Amino acid sequence: MTLLEFARGPMLAITLLVLFAGSAWRIYGIFRLKPKPDYSKPRRETGFRDALGGVLARVFPRKAFRPRIAFTEANAWLFHIGLLVIIVAYAPHIAFVKRLTGFITWPALPDPVTYFFGAVTIVTLIIALLHRMSHPPLRLLSNFDDFFSWFLVLLAVVTGMMAFDTSTARTDTVLAIHLLSVEAMLIWLPFGKLSHAFLIFISRGITGAAFARKGASL
Amino acid sequence: MTLHIEVDQVHPLELEAPRFSIRKPGQRFDRQGEMGDGERVQIALQNFAKDFSRPLAAYMEACIHCGKCAEACHFYVTTGDARYTPIWKLEPFKQVYKREASPFRWFYKKFNLKPEVTLEELEDWQELLYDTCTMCGRCTLVCPMGIDIASLVGQARHAMFQAGLVPHELHAVAERAAIEGSPLGATAKVLKDRCEWLADDHEVEIPFDKPKADVIVSLSSIEIMKFPESIVATARILKHAGYDWTLRSDGYEATNFGLLSGNLEWQRQMSLKLINAAVACGAKTLILPECGHAYGALRWMGANMYGKPLPFDVVHISEFLAENISNGRIKVKPLKKSVTFHDPCQVSRRGGVPQAPRDVLQALGVDLRESPGGHGDMNWCCGGGGGVVTIHRADEHRYRVFQMKMRQIEATGAELPITSCSNCRQTFDDGQAHFKWDKSMHSLLETVAEQLDDSAKH
Repeated sequence: MTLLEFARGPMLAITLLVLFAGSAWRIYGIFRLKPKPDYSKPRRETGFRDALGGVLARVFPRKAFRPRIAFTEANAWLFHIGLLVIIVAYAPHIAFVKRLTGFITWPALPDPVTYFFGAVTIVTLIIALLHRMSHPPLRLLSNFDDFFSWFLVLLAVVTGMMAFDTSTARTDTVLAIHLLSVEAMLIWLPFGKLSHAFLIFISRGITGAAFARKGASL
Repeated sequence: MTLHIEVDQVHPLELEAPRFSIRKPGQRFDRQGEMGDGERVQIALQNFAKDFSRPLAAYMEACIHCGKCAEACHFYVTTGDARYTPIWKLEPFKQVYKREASPFRWFYKKFNLKPEVTLEELEDWQELLYDTCTMCGRCTLVCPMGIDIASLVGQARHAMFQAGLVPHELHAVAERAAIEGSPLGATAKVLKDRCEWLADDHEVEIPFDKPKADVIVSLSSIEIMKFPESIVATARILKHAGYDWTLRSDGYEATNFGLLSGNLEWQRQMSLKLINAAVACGAKTLILPECGHAYGALRWMGANMYGKPLPFDVVHISEFLAENISNGRIKVKPLKKSVTFHDPCQVSRRGGVPQAPRDVLQALGVDLRESPGGHGDMNWCCGGGGGVVTIHRADEHRYRVFQMKMRQIEATGAELPITSCSNCRQTFDDGQAHFKWDKSMHSLLETVAEQLDDSAKH
């Protein structure tokens, strides 16, 4: 078995297993605890819509906060857009999904465009790290998880950029390294801060519902 | 010549300050009760565990260490001290949660990734959880993960109280409230005497201990002791609007220092006094006074202390005023002044009532000038909420915040700053005296009482 076969075969299976089982366990860990009953008279009846409202309310920060957080917010937005574009719109990624599912496919963006977004992602990641190391509250809050998660994401993107060049004989090895680094990131996802990919819906939703009950704005 | 500065490792000098000072005063933290160090930590942990719930778990899991909450906090913004980053104020408790209750607790414990919390940490965090947090909830609104940090601080205070780690003055007023029924010595007898002379002096009827009434009125001890005109204003307005109402000696104190200090049992007892008094007189409505945390304590937590829905409505006085102006039971004369409104955090931002006071001011026809620094649910806290105004060693923090508040009010150019919280008012009065400021904070309730139009009623 070549390294690429290993990355595409057993390692991918292990990754998906850990990713889904770990995420499910983390979500179960939250939901196994009961919320305390709230007997207060709600300002209005609330439901799932309000939890969803809570999720959507924080897509953009409130105007009043923008002067102080505009820089980090813009950087985070650019990073996530860049990441989304390279994951979703890069032709080999679409081919990967098609190979895995057999039928799901969609049109890709031209390679130079995704390459540009790859660069955006790397630059914003570096800015995020510099900001983390220089801004006192961030420096104080940061722990292993922050740096390790950052490293795994960077590794996945950088190895992906390296795998862009398909002209050399090393292609398979580089591709295997890219796959393995993405797998490392996905294996870590349920355990560290990358889990905000799903936790964001839970915490925002809980606050959304609770605040709607009080009529307090989000 | 060499300058010798005594280096005290425990109380290091703050060298960046304009004059050398010990950032943490001699008494760095306060302790109550006789407990061994280990026992104190254990009690804190056990009590914190009692608050573990789905929302708490979701919040503790969710933080991505983005640090944005710092930018929303008046204590961080005015000092630049990273330790005042709101979510950092929960750090030991995050550690406890991860170690004891998180989905991967066995992992954290086995490899000691989240070490056990020490007494020294809890003592250090006393300043962060009490002196430099008013639980104003501005941080909650900036958090991209939607973590309600203010509610977590309230829960951490439960643990701190049981471990005897509460700032001395806050503990003292809370204890006094639990024993005497009021934190500032406004016992039922004091209140009754006061109401008698207020009724005589102002020629207004103040019904006391009526066996039955539609409306029961509660007061803040700050009003009783410092702003008794508020009681007169309430009486005038309720008479004007034609309500059958009463004050009750078995339940009048709306402030809840059980809530602020972190003693759940005292919080429950204080809420139950009000609830039982309202039930005893068959009230349909309980009016909460101009007090921020009193609103949160009874409107949103009262029924949970009671263990079932309350058999009456709970309204803040500003809601009551707005509703009765709107339905025509209260008629007011116009007030030809420019006004800016300072929102009490627990009523506006966290209580869901930012509009009612504005409706009242609009009915008064004032020239309302909103603070460009933030108003309504984006208002900045006065700096005295959450019990902070009682803590003397927190004065320096509070005054720094107050300077920002003064600038914001000045920027509106309004003649009259008005609020609807006697604790904010007290904080403003203290700040005004400290900075020899020429502006006084006024009460919405008293302003309405002054503008009552009795001629329009008849």
